[in-house]
Amino acid sequence: MSTQASRVAARAMLSPTVLLLLIWMIVPLVLTLWFSFQRYNLLYPDRSGFIGLSNYLNFVSAPAFWGAIINTFLLVGGVLLVTVVGGIGIALLIDQPIWGQGIVRILVISPFFIMPPVAALVWKNMFFNPTNGLFAEAFKLIELRPFDFLGQAPLGSIIMIVSWEWLPFATLILLTALQSLSSEQLEAAEMDGAPPVKRFWFIMLPHLARAITVVILIETIFLLGIFGEILVTTNGGPGTSSTTLTYLVYKEALLDFDAGTAAAGGVVAVILANIVAVFLMRAVGRNLDA
Amino acid sequence: MSRAVTPARKTINTVLAWTVALILFFPILWTVLTSFKPEPVAVASPPVFLNFDWTLKNYYDVERQRDYFDYFLNSVIISLGSTVLGLVLAVPAAWSMAFVPGRRTKDLLMWMLSTKMMPAVGVLVPIYLIFRTLGLLDSRIGLTVVLMLINLPIIVWMLYTYFREIPGEILEAARMDGATLSSEIIYVLTPMALPGIASTFLLNVILAWNEAFWTINLTVTDAAPLTKFIAGFSSPQGLFYAKLSAASTMAIAPILVLGWFSQRQLVRGLTFGAVK
Repeated sequence: MSTQASRVAARAMLSPTVLLLLIWMIVPLVLTLWFSFQRYNLLYPDRSGFIGLSNYLNFVSAPAFWGAIINTFLLVGGVLLVTVVGGIGIALLIDQPIWGQGIVRILVISPFFIMPPVAALVWKNMFFNPTNGLFAEAFKLIELRPFDFLGQAPLGSIIMIVSWEWLPFATLILLTALQSLSSEQLEAAEMDGAPPVKRFWFIMLPHLARAITVVILIETIFLLGIFGEILVTTNGGPGTSSTTLTYLVYKEALLDFDAGTAAAGGVVAVILANIVAVFLMRAVGRNLDA
Repeated sequence: MSRAVTPARKTINTVLAWTVALILFFPILWTVLTSFKPEPVAVASPPVFLNFDWTLKNYYDVERQRDYFDYFLNSVIISLGSTVLGLVLAVPAAWSMAFVPGRRTKDLLMWMLSTKMMPAVGVLVPIYLIFRTLGLLDSRIGLTVVLMLINLPIIVWMLYTYFREIPGEILEAARMDGATLSSEIIYVLTPMALPGIASTFLLNVILAWNEAFWTINLTVTDAAPLTKFIAGFSSPQGLFYAKLSAASTMAIAPILVLGWFSQRQLVRGLTFGAVK
């Protein structure tokens, strides 16, 4: 349908966006690479120069580094597990004929719209606080000693907060997918005497595969960059027990003013994200084409 | 699903579903309730639910002591600005990819999505330094541009999936009738794509409003939006639950309402049309 003229016009309309994204992607990345080989501390701008791989060695040999990598994977993996499994459960529940389905939907989706600092501070102060948080009150009620969530299990607590933010997203997408499943198929299986577990395992779950892939892809994109929640709850601590890669780079850059080491950390983060992305894109590409 | 269920079954399911929904919603409800409590009641043990002296003092205090409205205005300007700017760029781009697809259109789309994969910390140092050099730190313009660039791939993708569903024949017919390219886009495409554009707009305002990495790291006070404002409450001297709740309620209320309106469109928007 396209003429030569419209093709030219199409190029012209596409190019600003492509150009901007290209610049946005390449310029900072090249600069990050450049800084990562430089001695560059924002507090001592006069001490500069090429220092080879020192920044990388600095970053990777820091005691917090491997912990940060592990914490990043635990955080992303933990939240994915909770939200996908929980999301399937809740979606199955809401998909049943119930009264007030519309309101239930709205209540369930709401946490997704809460900005991260609000979510994190509300949980930190009003639920996790060991002296007067609601959990502490509940513990007192059943005569248990209050548990210092963010002090004793910082990463687990953050996983809980982030899961609360993302569970609605997973639920909503899985629910939508579930509703497109034809009921004839389920009825046929039911008449053939398939028990609920088998109906779920052999009919519903395969039908949900695509939606689950999408949930994992999109959540991973956002979860790798989790920042606000850590900043306002634990500051990466106690010690470095809840420091992720994102947070570690932030600390180097804006708290220690070591731009060189932070840049090296940024490069490491980009490489890791790319490894994850290649796997994800491959899986998603396969699932989305079908 | 239209399968018949017994009333008893339906009752049980309803109770279960409502319980889950209320548990998930509870932190929000609790925040809103706490925002109306006098400060001592907010930390009372055992906790007080409804029978307290409801007060608006916290809202008043948050505005008077912390200039809430300045932050609110920044949030509005930055999230609306970045979304509108993004749409201006993305509508033509998505149009051309949807209606004049080339061999590389699919690769191009995947590449755009892949720019989202780049972790923000990977470019924090240069962006921070560029902003410092250009005097863009703590400026609304700088932040608007950054948020626009972050969300641009999502805007393009969403619009693309909506445009794809518009039959090309209609555009051809318009062209036959002598419509120029610009009038084709303005008078034919845009009205048909308006629902799609509207939900793209809504979703991106929500994303920009809640963005909490760049908004916190690139601002100090002048351009600081609500994310930064709330993050300021994490310091110990800011620990007043009722005031925190009032500030939080005001920060989330507009977007929560927008979200409720757009939730039907949310799924296909956020999954780039992969799940409908």
